[in-house]
Amino acid sequence: MSMRLGPQPGEVLDRTRPFTFTWNGREVPAYQGDTIASALAAAGVRVFSRSLKYHRPRGLLTASFHDPGCIVQVDDEPNVRGAHRLARPGMRVRSQNTWPSLNFDVKAINQLAGRFLSAGFYYKTFIRPRWLWPTYERVLRRFANGGEVPPEAAGDYYDKRYAHPEVLVAGGGPAGMAAALAAADAGASVLLVEEEHQLGGHLCWGDEADLAALRGLSERVAAAPGIEVLCDSAVLGRYEGNWIAVVQRTVPGVAERLVKVRAGTLVVASGLIERPYVFAGNDIPGVMLSTAVRRLINLYAVKPGERAVVLTGNGDGDAAVADLKRAGVTVAHIADARLGDDIVRAHGRGRLRSVELPDGRRVDCDLLVTATGWTAPAALLTMAGDRPVYDPRAARYFPDPARLPEDVLAAGGIAGDGSLDELLAHADAVGAEAARRATGAGDGPVPIPTLPVDAHPALFRGRTHGIVDFCEDVSSTDLVQAVEEGYRSVELVKRYTTVTMGPTQGKLEAVNAVAIVAEATGRSIGETGTTTWRPPYVPVTLGALAGRVFEPVRYSPMQPWHEAHGATPLVAGAWIRPDHYGDPHAEARTVRGDVGIIDVTPIGKLDLRGPDVPKLLNLLYVNKWSKLDVGRVRYGVMCADDGVVLDDGVTGHLGPDHYLMSTTSSGAATVWEWVENWLQTQHPDWQVHVTPLTTAYASMNVAGPRSRELLERVTEGVDLAGEAFPYMNVRTGRVCGVDDCVLWRIGFTGELSYELHIPAAYGLHVWETLMERGHDLGIAPFGVEAQRILRLEKGHLIVGQDTDGLTRGFSAGLDWAIKLDKDDFVGKPELAWQQEAGEYPRLVGLQPLDGSVVPEEACQIVDPPRRADRRPRIVGRVTSSRMSPILGRSICLAQVDAHLAAPGTQVTVRLPDGRHIPARVTDHLAHFDPTGDRLRV
Amino acid sequence: MILLPCPWCGPRNVAEFGYVGEAGPRPDPASAGPEEWRGYLYGRANPCGWVAESWYHRMGCRRYISVERHTLSNEVRPLATEGAGR
Ligand SMILES: [Zn+2]
Repeated sequence: MSMRLGPQPGEVLDRTRPFTFTWNGREVPAYQGDTIASALAAAGVRVFSRSLKYHRPRGLLTASFHDPGCIVQVDDEPNVRGAHRLARPGMRVRSQNTWPSLNFDVKAINQLAGRFLSAGFYYKTFIRPRWLWPTYERVLRRFANGGEVPPEAAGDYYDKRYAHPEVLVAGGGPAGMAAALAAADAGASVLLVEEEHQLGGHLCWGDEADLAALRGLSERVAAAPGIEVLCDSAVLGRYEGNWIAVVQRTVPGVAERLVKVRAGTLVVASGLIERPYVFAGNDIPGVMLSTAVRRLINLYAVKPGERAVVLTGNGDGDAAVADLKRAGVTVAHIADARLGDDIVRAHGRGRLRSVELPDGRRVDCDLLVTATGWTAPAALLTMAGDRPVYDPRAARYFPDPARLPEDVLAAGGIAGDGSLDELLAHADAVGAEAARRATGAGDGPVPIPTLPVDAHPALFRGRTHGIVDFCEDVSSTDLVQAVEEGYRSVELVKRYTTVTMGPTQGKLEAVNAVAIVAEATGRSIGETGTTTWRPPYVPVTLGALAGRVFEPVRYSPMQPWHEAHGATPLVAGAWIRPDHYGDPHAEARTVRGDVGIIDVTPIGKLDLRGPDVPKLLNLLYVNKWSKLDVGRVRYGVMCADDGVVLDDGVTGHLGPDHYLMSTTSSGAATVWEWVENWLQTQHPDWQVHVTPLTTAYASMNVAGPRSRELLERVTEGVDLAGEAFPYMNVRTGRVCGVDDCVLWRIGFTGELSYELHIPAAYGLHVWETLMERGHDLGIAPFGVEAQRILRLEKGHLIVGQDTDGLTRGFSAGLDWAIKLDKDDFVGKPELAWQQEAGEYPRLVGLQPLDGSVVPEEACQIVDPPRRADRRPRIVGRVTSSRMSPILGRSICLAQVDAHLAAPGTQVTVRLPDGRHIPARVTDHLAHFDPTGDRLRV
Repeated sequence: MILLPCPWCGPRNVAEFGYVGEAGPRPDPASAGPEEWRGYLYGRANPCGWVAESWYHRMGCRRYISVERHTLSNEVRPLATEGAGR
């Protein structure tokens, strides 16, 4: 049965553009401008969902974004606000939470649920026995109100934007429009944010005079040069310094856009939200608020019912009566609360049948309209520090201007009552003052008139108990029961009953909940206090919050080659690097036997220039740096001031006052900041200039006994002979025709090797040339895994792998490097105390007696208990372990307690499967070539 | 989000900065005993009120700056520009 009316003066429909969409598989006609709910209501649909706990059928209540009864699934998107989202041709809309089905009246479930799903049911019912929780969870999920996201759902594009208006106006009703106009007139840039699809607020569903006022305001806003309007957008939260989050829903090609706003002044003109009345049957489909029927009739040309009873306590209820009559609805009874009239309960199951009056009469009807008062949606104001004050005469809360910061103002219905002209004059002054506070222009504060406050009957709960929170299915009896169980604080009642914790977040139900707790505890509403409003003002999708997350990925210039040659990628911080090219053991053998090449571009590189670089190096490294001749490189270790190992690397002396420092790949950014910190805050007088060159160089290590032979073929201007360019030296020259390359002769792998730093643009060229020219020498690439094997064979530690956040210098086998006779260096006092105390863990080489067993990294080293009933004591851990291809056995590094650190000590390693295996502490950290002969050839 | 007054870049979002900590001098390592040194490493006054602290303008000028911040209101005011202790 169609409930569509003829054209209405203020309707937002484009009747020249009809289309259809589907509702639970059934075709529904709609016009452009219809919301899903208005089109369904026009088609005669009255039940949209079932309630959370009791599975009672639910229809329209507010017919606005905040309507709890018509949250639906649209295609792949769950939890869509059906009374707000515009209908689109072909969209597939389904009801949510309709197990077993939307129209099947689950009477048995209701009765069962009524016994069990009372206040605190989550706590009482589902706690014990614990082993039943999985079952509870399955059942609860059936009841829960969520839609579904199919795994194959296509992702949407979520956008992000920044805005810097001088004045942000939250709410585009008449007051918001007037404030925006006044602020723009005063020269401020203005962002006007409106939740609905069009500006105008309640004027949109008002009478001819309201519509005329709306046209005037709209024309002026459209013509004002300084106002940007965001409709279908919501202010989610206000944070320090007027940092304001706005979600914008209608952007072409974008699912949603998060706008991050830094505003000079915030004007909150959020209007008022109509409050439901609490009585038995107040959630039966057909019971609606006065604003809901006025919106349905005037915006969407939908007849909300055939025969109505109206409970009115204010002018909006009276206006609803006029609208209903004009729409052809029979108004069977008007209960005027201002004259003491009331209603007792609504009857009907699945749809409204009649309303019971205090004298016992029953009036047959299919529509019950209530106009019982307003809630001030004070969320943004309370986020700014306001504590709204309850005014019993007006039966609602008002902001307390004294508590608001300078940069937040309130206008419109949230601030007071009055005629439209009075509200516009007030908003005009607020807008001008907001502009003045943001821009500093003007001749002193703008006087803001005081708005009147109208008396309103206090209508919260009637003579019967009913639903308070329509989202969470919390009734007034639940709240009374919670109070009887001892929860007197409204915050505790909230947590115990979940009242105000559903999707409407208190906008409809918070004041009713406070009123009922007040009644049950014998206090006034003002004494009872409110629950706290927290961001977000309306629920926000995770997509909007996640949005475009910039997660940059770094590749070396040689990445195309790696990809073309089957490299398995390894994610290392922001870098993607080759882990191996198929067989890491073969790669390691190539390095030991012939020559291999590895891409080490992620190694941190800092160019240091100036006369005071040696002072800096002496301060930041634990070892000595004053005598490092030009052409030499030195390994250095940095500790923090707590003595914990921070980073390591080599630094080369390239020329007069010119050094190149290398850091670990993961420490590149940290060390740069570390260096800057000491220079800027402790030694601003030192002349050192720091330039990060990590990505300016493509870095590669050519390692193996034949590396010199290869480099001799491609290097010009550098004598590579062993005596001319010995171990731990640096040269600059031309490699593969590329000038300004830095070569340092170091040996992380334990082999003769040269680390080349090539101007990044030529990295791929040099790499490819080396592969080509080294072909007959047996060159092969090796990845991070082979390098880890090789360095472990050599016993070289990796900071962060063989050390952790508690490993001080002497526990990392760095006794030889730490020079406590230096005047000062970072970490010196703690390292001196560590050495003095003596009983610190040591880094040692470790080999399982059974060389075929590779204990996993982080395996514990334990002191086996002497008695079976005791737990073993942990005395160390394996920090690195691999199978060594060259030794044909497992090798490890480990941190062990001091008494176990002597070479030859046998320790016990506990494997993850619980087995204990014996292992021996080796003579050196190096398992292979401990004397370093291979490095020095 | 609070704004920090960077003397080099002007007021900028705090998200651009790294928090270094309460500002204070590093004791003389030659004379400091363990108690004084560990107070410098780990001890923080954490008052309710004005506190001098260091920030690093990581996504801006890359200068270490010092400001005074009120830990209750998050109001921030400039302290010194450079070399003002860590
Ligand atoms: Zn800066």
